[in-house]
Amino acid sequence: MEIIETKNLVFEYIRRDDEGNVEGFTKAVDNVNLEVKQGDFIAILGHNGSGKSTLAKHLNAVVMPTEGTVYVDGKDTQDKEALWDIRKTAGMVFQNPDNQIIGQIVEEDVGFGPENMGVPTQEIWERVEESLKAVGMYAYRKHSPNKLSGGQKQRVSIAGVLAMHPKCIVLDEPTAMLDPNGRKEVIRAVRALNQAEDITVILITHYMEEVIHADKVFVMDQGKVVMEGTPKKIFSQVERLKELRLDVPQVTLLAYELGKSGLNLPKGILTTEEFVEELQKAALRML
Amino acid sequence: MLRDITLGQYYQTDSALHRMDPRIKLAGTMVYMISLFIYKNITAYLLAFLFLAVVIRISRVPFRFMIKGLKAVMFLLLITAVFNLFLTRGEPLVSIWKLTITKEGLVNAVYIVIRLGFLIIGSSLMTLTTTPNQLTDGLEKIMAPLKIFKVPVHEVAMMMSIALRFIPILMEETDKIMKAQMARGADFESGRLLDKAKAMVPLLVPLIISAFRRANDLAMAMEARCYQGGEGRTKMKPLQYKRIDYMAYGVMALYLLGVILLGRLFPLHLI
Repeated sequence: MEIIETKNLVFEYIRRDDEGNVEGFTKAVDNVNLEVKQGDFIAILGHNGSGKSTLAKHLNAVVMPTEGTVYVDGKDTQDKEALWDIRKTAGMVFQNPDNQIIGQIVEEDVGFGPENMGVPTQEIWERVEESLKAVGMYAYRKHSPNKLSGGQKQRVSIAGVLAMHPKCIVLDEPTAMLDPNGRKEVIRAVRALNQAEDITVILITHYMEEVIHADKVFVMDQGKVVMEGTPKKIFSQVERLKELRLDVPQVTLLAYELGKSGLNLPKGILTTEEFVEELQKAALRML
Repeated sequence: MLRDITLGQYYQTDSALHRMDPRIKLAGTMVYMISLFIYKNITAYLLAFLFLAVVIRISRVPFRFMIKGLKAVMFLLLITAVFNLFLTRGEPLVSIWKLTITKEGLVNAVYIVIRLGFLIIGSSLMTLTTTPNQLTDGLEKIMAPLKIFKVPVHEVAMMMSIALRFIPILMEETDKIMKAQMARGADFESGRLLDKAKAMVPLLVPLIISAFRRANDLAMAMEARCYQGGEGRTKMKPLQYKRIDYMAYGVMALYLLGVILLGRLFPLHLI
């Protein structure tokens, strides 16, 4: 069974002018059908205003659909009874690390979710320890979150979600406010969780480098899913991505430009290693 | 400069007082305050002084560190003393120009300084040895009976701890906004008081807007982590009385009894 499924999902909001009169309706999410299998690493791409964040908020039942349905682990998000089950199943990490850390000490923040769920004290401590170890923040458990770097704060946020033992984690642009090192830190932690603990990851981002390891990529534009497939398939369509105002990873772009100038390289090269290998092959062919 | 302000001035060290349950420290502070106001005589204050000295010794907080945080309050203390000294009616002692110092005024001034001084040092001893978090936990537990009267005890405690968490963040933000505006020629330093107050407006507006935005984000993040109020919640660090806490309750009771008895039986007066 799919862990997350959306059927003809639509979310509309009302645009108003300065006096509060209705100007019209905007579809932030327009007829989206997603199917995510347990254990997958999914990336959702799109530039600002493409509706990717709104879509993410539906998956945790923070926002309710205008039309269509969202199923999380088989449960409808509009079902009030299932609300807390859904939030336990699909944890969510938000963009701004400062605005989602509640505790004044790292370990207390990680314990916040389990406390809300009514987990017994002894087990909370076990969960906190294992979650902090999973994201490599155990050494900082007694620190104040204010003294941590952005990447570290975001890893604490992930640990906070992890302590609730979710089947799926939705990360809504978790790296948008971080420096390149912090970004790498967070993505490494997320990948490790996906591989070691078989947790489904849905990563919302506009950084291309972060999606190359995903199992499947969805590209959104104006509320619609306009492209979907493996990273290789997506990144082989450089022209189309440019039309959608998305960048491609530098290596992919270089390979694409070289290909355009006549060098015979395969499409959709994603990593430097792959690029070097293909370049050597091409060089050998020319000899 | 704004970041230098510390609230809840906790002093990190390991002492019996630090290890005590926040509830006994809150209750103890209350008892101590009451003991200062039962009698107005030297016997009671002597006992209060001895008690305070012993507790400070136990707390292992350097006395100099305690005094450092009290400079602003000292000024207030001085003003109160001066007012009492000059404005109390009674038997005149010294007369300078239009001001007269009376015998009663002198006694009042000395007593008020002793009372307020002990009160401030006593209560700051509590904040010095208790983390803000323990303090809110203790308050929540102590006030729990008020739930019967529909007082939202858990919510208040949660708000307090969130406020404490966001103070440094908002301080930093204020600093950032100030610098950004100073870079564009804003002037926060010069001018009269009114000008300075006016200069604060462009600082406060963005700060308040951003605080609301943060509150909105935080509420969403809390809901996403299954927060649904105090109902059905467990504690990661539940408060539990240990032997030392029961002993402390005993000591406080003895102290209060001592002040009442000695203050009653052997009252010593200044004049």
